[in-house]
Amino acid sequence: MSVDAATVRRIAHLARIAVAEDEVEHLRGEINAILAFVEQLSEVDVAGVEPMTSVTPMRMRRRPDVVNAGGDPDAVLRNAPAREANFFVVPKVIE
Amino acid sequence: MDELTSLTLAQARTGLAKKDFTAVELADAHLAAMERARALNAYVLETPERASAMAKAADARIAKGTAGPLEGIPLAIKDLFATENVRTTACSKILGDFSPAYESSVTENLWRDGAVLLGKTNNDEFAMGSSNETSAFGPVISPWRRKGSNTPLVPGGSSGGSAAAVAANLALGATGTDTGGSIRQPASFTGIVGIKPTYGRCSRWGTVAFASSLDQAGPFARTVRDTAILMRSMAGYDEKDATSVDTPVPDYEAAVGKSIKGMRIGIPKQYRIDGMPAEIETLWQQGGAWLKAAGAELVEVSLPHTKYALPAYYIVAPAEASSNLARYDGVRYGLRVPGQDVNGMYEKTRAEGFGPEVRRRIMIGTYVLSAGYYDAYYLRAQQVRTLIKKDFEDCFNAGVDAMLTPATPSAAFGIGEKGKADPVEMYLNDVFTVTVNMAGLPGIAVPAGVDGQGLPLGLQLIGRPFDEEALFSLAHVIEKAAGTFHPKSWW
Repeated sequence: MSVDAATVRRIAHLARIAVAEDEVEHLRGEINAILAFVEQLSEVDVAGVEPMTSVTPMRMRRRPDVVNAGGDPDAVLRNAPAREANFFVVPKVIE
Repeated sequence: MDELTSLTLAQARTGLAKKDFTAVELADAHLAAMERARALNAYVLETPERASAMAKAADARIAKGTAGPLEGIPLAIKDLFATENVRTTACSKILGDFSPAYESSVTENLWRDGAVLLGKTNNDEFAMGSSNETSAFGPVISPWRRKGSNTPLVPGGSSGGSAAAVAANLALGATGTDTGGSIRQPASFTGIVGIKPTYGRCSRWGTVAFASSLDQAGPFARTVRDTAILMRSMAGYDEKDATSVDTPVPDYEAAVGKSIKGMRIGIPKQYRIDGMPAEIETLWQQGGAWLKAAGAELVEVSLPHTKYALPAYYIVAPAEASSNLARYDGVRYGLRVPGQDVNGMYEKTRAEGFGPEVRRRIMIGTYVLSAGYYDAYYLRAQQVRTLIKKDFEDCFNAGVDAMLTPATPSAAFGIGEKGKADPVEMYLNDVFTVTVNMAGLPGIAVPAGVDGQGLPLGLQLIGRPFDEEALFSLAHVIEKAAGTFHPKSWW
């Protein structure tokens, strides 16, 4: 499989990465090189093979449903590019 | 003070205990060496004040007789580990001057045992790379050079800064992370020892996530013993990481020097690949001969799905990365580039904050997870992964204790030499190491010789899950036979 320019633009939007028009062709070439490389997987017979979900057999542990950290808004917000009082500030999202 | 920086970690431990020198003197000697070696660009942040304070506290504990197992040992920390109040960037512009409000579990364990932080080391951006050339701080220059040449070489990657720092005597040991070979390949390129533990052995908590089902932290050092000492402190169960495994941490150092008599060592025939330099083939055979001379039995084994590990990796790792890196959105930390609306802000922030390799992998990951392609790519890759793991299990079930392979398909290459036209050319560096991550197994790289140009070459040993001890015993046999390798200072 290989991707066309429209697909490159669509993937970029899904990934929320701005791509300039003059970068599309170059990216398309690189993505297709990688897709061509992974194409060899299609020759493997995977009929009836379970997809791996965990490399080590383990049961997910449960912990008590209690607050074990938190209550420190300054620590949470200390790296925020924009904050007001105890909130992160984002561009307006509601019309 | 060069004598202090050229000690092994174990020698420094003895010297500190005998009060031949203080932790402050040891830290100062390293800080001075770091200052002289800035041309290598191994550290992206030096923390002299923190180092002095930690060394002073270590000296006080030594005086009081309450020293920990790593008391006063100065270490370099890959910039992928969150260090409280110390800038942590994953060598990406998108994290800017991020200052964590918490400490990663692995580094916390090291400080608990008395180690001293020298600084944060350079790495490929978000650990995506095999040469340390994708770092936002610029490439690391390897302390090694080809005989009679000034061409700057890569130290390997992604943990290139840590490997270069240890090889150039700018730390007694260092931490790394390994998702597809990022500890073992740079260890091999710089002539030092590095181990990727079994998945789940070290906590991933507080380590910047790349591909969560593959990422493992591990140590670098100049000897097998030193690596074993660090490993014991780094490993352990952590309730903050649901994939960390609750089994006791053995005394890995006790495995160093243990007899390997009667161990069955698999030589996987699929690792003999086209275009591999004859020197590496010779070294591989030499390594086998050393193990045999020490009483091990060599058996040829087959891992039939080996060639599919790298392509499967380039689906699984980018898929997980595209999900993990969704958090860098310009809202909570790091870089923000204003846009017309919230989507515009996300897109501009991520375009400017991520470098080209990271953008490329996020896009590949987004594509293979997108509607209509998930089954063809991601699901199939996870099925292939099951087969890769089964290959190893079949060998271990047949009585093989560990495998011996080359660590890399070549010695270190020059900066800018690879991957310019085709990203896959760079990816092929990890062909021998990536299978181990896909199967969750432990793997150690140990220096075994030099090539015709005088550059170090390493061998890899792959073990059963949670049998890192066998790897330390075997690697020590190779180390004893091959000796250790040190670059001549030109910096």
